[in-house]
Amino acid sequence: MAAKHIDDERVEVMISNLLRAGVVLAALVVIAGAVPYIGAHPRAHVSYRTFHGEPDALKTVPGVIANAFSGSPRGVIQLGLLLLIATPIARVIFSAVAFAIEGDRMYVAFTLIVLAVLLYSLFGSFLIA
Amino acid sequence: MNVLAFTFLVWAGSLVAGFLGALTGLGGGVVLVPLLTVFFHVDLRYAIGASLVSVIATSSGSAAAYVKEGFSNIRIGMFLEIATTLGALFGAYLTAKVPATAIAIVFGIVLLYSAYVSRRTRPRAIVEEPPDPLATKLKMNGSFPDTSGIRQYNVYRVPAGFAIMYLAGTLSGLLGIGSGALKVVAMDQAMKIPFKVSTTTSNFMIGVTAAASAGVYLSRGYIDPSLAMPVMIGVLIGSLMGTRVLVKTKTKSLRLVFSVVIVLLGLEMMLKAVTGGF
Repeated sequence: MAAKHIDDERVEVMISNLLRAGVVLAALVVIAGAVPYIGAHPRAHVSYRTFHGEPDALKTVPGVIANAFSGSPRGVIQLGLLLLIATPIARVIFSAVAFAIEGDRMYVAFTLIVLAVLLYSLFGSFLIA
Repeated sequence: MNVLAFTFLVWAGSLVAGFLGALTGLGGGVVLVPLLTVFFHVDLRYAIGASLVSVIATSSGSAAAYVKEGFSNIRIGMFLEIATTLGALFGAYLTAKVPATAIAIVFGIVLLYSAYVSRRTRPRAIVEEPPDPLATKLKMNGSFPDTSGIRQYNVYRVPAGFAIMYLAGTLSGLLGIGSGALKVVAMDQAMKIPFKVSTTTSNFMIGVTAAASAGVYLSRGYIDPSLAMPVMIGVLIGSLMGTRVLVKTKTKSLRLVFSVVIVLLGLEMMLKAVTGGF
């Protein structure tokens, strides 16, 4: 039991470093999009008073990736935000692997349920939205 | 307002929100939505979208600081995340069905409740009950480092905790907040998990919970890159600063000030809602 606890901790330290790296990467991508976005029209009027929704290119994972690689500053920012959303998902995947290595089938199953919900939200939720 | 001024002011406001949120342990998300809607006249849907993104940034960004302490229980967290992610999906689904006025009123109530929870002093009785069979089967009982060595603890009332977690997830998805206060209530009060273990495990869960509604928000067009950008960067820097300062300062009077701010924001939000501001 004691040895297992230490293992858990080592896995957690690894996961937390991964999370931090993910957040730093996401922030850098967001800033890389923010600079040209602000630079293009710094004096343009901006208002979020009424809700228009986002264009389709900024609403789906493939759309955002295509938009970002076409060089659109807002697309690059959105890609950074997607990377950020991916960090907790990466953590869940790592936990599933860690539970599998420990041979804990019950917790592998629980982790896969959580992963399924997350992936459904990101890739399948336009079906209900 | 022009792009430059708006981006800068939202960034500065988010930085302060993130700083105070980390310092007081209440999280930045809970003040961000009122800040954006009441002061920057941002539509409620854009505001909760930007807030949710910042919640993920705070949770993932501060994970390293929490893990080093060795308190969080990864099994409790993962099991309860089934409840919070399903709740978050349901909550995010509700945002399109429920009128903005109702969302704003629920938000106001949650703000008042968070302020109440943060003021309450909780009696810390050590539970001397036999281990709960369900919690034992789920391998939730654990241990953590204490001043007097390693302390063992047992977990109780798993179904009650699971139900409260579903509610916490729903509120997170509906309001774009971390619901940290309610998550701690579920673990600390209902499941009798030691407070330190509850708070650190809750921080881990917040990011995963928020990710479950983020996909729905994205496909609905709630996440606007130009607005979420200054919010995310501001909250991230603010919360990292807050976590650093936390170790050195006494936060009692600051918590009081922040609670008063939260109560005022809650009342302001409800007032704006009943006068048709949303």
